[in-house]
Amino acid sequence: MRRGVGAWLGSAILVMLAGVLLLGAFWTPYDPLAIDLGHVLAAPDARHWFGTDEFGRDVASRAMLGARISLTIAFETTCLAIVLGSALGVLSGFVRGWLDRIIMTIADAVLAFPAMLLALALVAVFGGSGQAIVLALGIAYLPATVRVVRAAVLSIREKEYVEAARVAGDGPLRIMLRHVLPNALGPIVILSTSLFGWVILYESALSFLGVGVPPPAPTWGNMLSSARPYLEIASWLSLAPGLCIVITLLGVNLAGDALRDHFDPGERR
Amino acid sequence: MLGYIVRRALLAVPTLLIVTILVFLLVRAIPGDPAQVLLGEGAPPAALAAMRTQLGLDQPLIAQYWLWLRQAVSGDLGHSIVTGEAVVPLILSRFQLTATIVLTAVLLATVIATTGGLIAAWRRNGHIDLAISSTASLILAVPSFWLGLILLLVFGVQLRWLPVVGYVPLSEGWSAALAFLILPIATLTISESGVLTRMMRSSAVDVLRLDYVTHARAKGLSERAVLTQHVFPNAFAPTLTLVGLTLGHLLGGIAVVETVFTLPGLGRLMVDAILARDYPVVQGCLLFTALIYVGVNLAVDLLYPLFDPRVAA
Amino acid sequence: MIVAATPLVLVRGLQIVLEGKAATPLLHDLSFDLNPGERLAIVGESGSGKTLAARALLGLLSPGVRRVAGTMTFDGVALETASEATLRSIRGAGIGMVFQEPMASLNPALKIGRQLCEGLRLHRQVSASEARMHAIAMLERVRMTDPAGCLDRFPHQFSGGMRQRIMLASVLLLRPRLLIADEPTTALDTLSQREVLELMMELTREAGTALLLITHDLGLVAQYTDRVVVMEKGHLIEQGSTADVLHHPAQPYTAKLVGSLPRRDPARPDVPVDATELLTLDKVSVCYPGKGGLLRRGTPRTVLDGVSLQVRSGEIVALVGSSGSGKTTLSRAALGLVRPSEGIVAFDSANVASMGKGALRSFRRDAQLVFQDPFSSLDPRLHVHQIVGATLKHVPNLGASERRARVDQALDEVGLAGYGMRLPHQMSGGQRQRVAIARAIVTRPRLVVADEPVSALDLTVQLQVLELFQRLQREYGFACLFVTHDLSVVHQVADRVVVLHQGAIVEEGTVHAVLGAPQHDYTRALIAATPALALTTNGGMHF
Repeated sequence: MRRGVGAWLGSAILVMLAGVLLLGAFWTPYDPLAIDLGHVLAAPDARHWFGTDEFGRDVASRAMLGARISLTIAFETTCLAIVLGSALGVLSGFVRGWLDRIIMTIADAVLAFPAMLLALALVAVFGGSGQAIVLALGIAYLPATVRVVRAAVLSIREKEYVEAARVAGDGPLRIMLRHVLPNALGPIVILSTSLFGWVILYESALSFLGVGVPPPAPTWGNMLSSARPYLEIASWLSLAPGLCIVITLLGVNLAGDALRDHFDPGERR
Repeated sequence: MLGYIVRRALLAVPTLLIVTILVFLLVRAIPGDPAQVLLGEGAPPAALAAMRTQLGLDQPLIAQYWLWLRQAVSGDLGHSIVTGEAVVPLILSRFQLTATIVLTAVLLATVIATTGGLIAAWRRNGHIDLAISSTASLILAVPSFWLGLILLLVFGVQLRWLPVVGYVPLSEGWSAALAFLILPIATLTISESGVLTRMMRSSAVDVLRLDYVTHARAKGLSERAVLTQHVFPNAFAPTLTLVGLTLGHLLGGIAVVETVFTLPGLGRLMVDAILARDYPVVQGCLLFTALIYVGVNLAVDLLYPLFDPRVAA
Repeated sequence: MIVAATPLVLVRGLQIVLEGKAATPLLHDLSFDLNPGERLAIVGESGSGKTLAARALLGLLSPGVRRVAGTMTFDGVALETASEATLRSIRGAGIGMVFQEPMASLNPALKIGRQLCEGLRLHRQVSASEARMHAIAMLERVRMTDPAGCLDRFPHQFSGGMRQRIMLASVLLLRPRLLIADEPTTALDTLSQREVLELMMELTREAGTALLLITHDLGLVAQYTDRVVVMEKGHLIEQGSTADVLHHPAQPYTAKLVGSLPRRDPARPDVPVDATELLTLDKVSVCYPGKGGLLRRGTPRTVLDGVSLQVRSGEIVALVGSSGSGKTTLSRAALGLVRPSEGIVAFDSANVASMGKGALRSFRRDAQLVFQDPFSSLDPRLHVHQIVGATLKHVPNLGASERRARVDQALDEVGLAGYGMRLPHQMSGGQRQRVAIARAIVTRPRLVVADEPVSALDLTVQLQVLELFQRLQREYGFACLFVTHDLSVVHQVADRVVVLHQGAIVEEGTVHAVLGAPQHDYTRALIAATPALALTTNGGMHF
């Protein structure tokens, strides 16, 4: 019953989020970038549900646009890391030999850096635009992805049905595509949901630090950053974007847990 | 066992080497001209060329790397472009603060997570487990910087128990500095205990299912003895690895907490240096942090056999 | 056997359920007695509930599993109502339990000495050094070399058989009145099995300890126990003295169980002496380089050492040996999946290692493999007809509808007609193994290598699968290299037998010759360690 509740809640949140995204593509209560110096730092009321910021911009509208920006970045980064990482992981884990050793050495070297540090450095290299963040975070998460996929492949490789395919006369490429990759999908999907959540977190952290998506484009992270100086007089500015992050991550995590339970039916947790 | 220690320590050497190469390449890849940054916007080309020669930028890459490495090993990582300070002492002084916060937080988080995870696993699917697991899952969804902001809001602004900005260095005494450190440490402790608790619970659940736990009970041992002496060492091993990863992750991510609480730590130093294009400092911070991370992982690997003797075989 | 006035253990009407929306009954109304010093076996296949009874006695049922009715008395104490403290005092000191997986029942993180002395110091007030002395003495009793050194080592430093002996020492150290042994030797190889069981019998006899042996192996029951309880799907089927129940089973299930013991069909014709040689292994050696690390060179392991054997058309050659003897490697080498470091593997007089693509493809059609583990040999994501039809993809000039027809025919022959759209996890172990057999015969191979095809199956299912296999072999006439560790299966199925020990052949010949008059010590030891053989051959019982 408990598991069911989690999956329900997660799905509900994600559906709501998708709704907001879809809506935000066509309509927001106000223009997220419109400055209105006559209504600076207004507390939440009927007109501005989340209040206004230091430039008089409507926080709710900015949060909706921020959702689009943050989630697009998260989606693109996850795709990049998963596709590239899975390909490398399957090759590395199945073919083994010198290819495996090279890939793992590079991966281990990159993994010798804490992810955030690497992301910071890469953002410094690539600049601070949305595309740069996708590239930076994608590269930062690539080694971990390769590792996880490779581990799954290593265990699949030892299964007798892979040997049976060899006995049947299948070549290595056919075995990788027909048997290894489909059976590795479980761990890959689970990893994708975790990655998605992490990217949202890291992107907001980078934006909070001022090295992420540059203003005036809003992301939840940089909204929080500009809210910091006004903590004492306009505390609502700190609440709204943060709550958005929390609810989104909660939805993603719960959905991820539900997926994990689905793919690992043998676990009676 | 000794063989394992030696082998593991030796394996760290090539990793360290590759780390230095990567750091060097990363910083070189940052767009921009260091000479330009030092001399400013309107500098004449001749002066720029002279500065580049002085910085050694016209030499082949390998020569530059070698020079840099030699200097680094002898303790000289250059000087900040912005303030002129020597990088090494700057990093060390900032690191003191960062290390205090991180180590304290991780220690507290580990204790909380270990106890919570064990109990949750022991009473799996019961009310206590539900409470602990839900809390841990909730914590995972809360970014540390937002948690810090909220804590600051509640304890600093609303309740006025703790200061909102400012910082007193530790060298001036514990009690004075403490007030400024409580919230950041609390933030990190709460933040990290989420993922650690889940890990501990998960591995404890696995261990509790194994035959040797039933065997221990079959010998007549009390539940407490079974949990502390049989379940804990085996369940802790994977969590130990995660503790190492957490330390590393915090070393990178501490910048956000330092920003929230305006603390002059190592994380903030690096971010400011990136924004200011202060290459020597960026390089120094990267190198230093990566080295610490390698050291932490080495320590974790060396401690691991204490909990799982099979790896040292 | 001691006949006492009051039984040591009294179980009456024990009922156990699995909690859930509807409580699933796991054990229905079990009742039995056990007298002091007596040896009782609880026998059943998987799902019979035999382990549950034992765990219930100790109050160690898994979470979610509950006793709902019945009484259990040990030495006069009512166990079902006893307090936790009473139960704890009985556990270890009154009732000791030995488990199946020796690696899993010893804590890998703690030294042996600590685990041995733990129970002792808990139940009897002895000092640390006294406990150590008792432990060393007990380790000597179970014939461990260097008992004092053992105390400071970790479980992973010992082999499976040694760990089981350590378990035994640890449990018997407390001199319990009852020893429960739950499948104590199933995870060990044949020779270690016998060693450990003999030791167990010796020690319990000496100390007058009663024994409750839980097992699926009827041979062990016949050899070692006085009385037996037969269970099926949670029900008590029959109980009585071992000789009575096994010789004259009163219930149909018991008869079926005893009848499932492998026995030879006397009507099987001998293979003609001039049959062509199909598979030849000529002085084949296989060496593995050994696990090295970055700074360490691994020691090379010789898995097969100069092995020569032949399999002729239409004959079934059994390859016997314990784990580590190299029989799996040999089976793989025979199919060209492992390259020999020395020697030649030839199929139909052609060297497998030097086959061109075309020849290799036709070899793969002619030589197939049936795997051991029905749970990992079928791709969980594919339907049965895709699994069985996979090999047919490489047969030239075979259209999709013809392929489908062949697959359906193969499924029909193994008794799984209409199962084409099922997924592996929807089928039982026996059914999956039949799919594996269908997969192997669909190309009408001339050689089938079967690697322990029935080891993972329950006894009654094993019989079905073996009979199926034999029928198919008779109909299609394929040659077979049958790898197994179980001599009673060899007895049922094979024409000739080859005994492998530590990578080399120590004996070979016809089944009659080798099993009737074994020449080599190892063969003799293997025969002695397979009590089921004695049950069904001359000198035992006939059915």
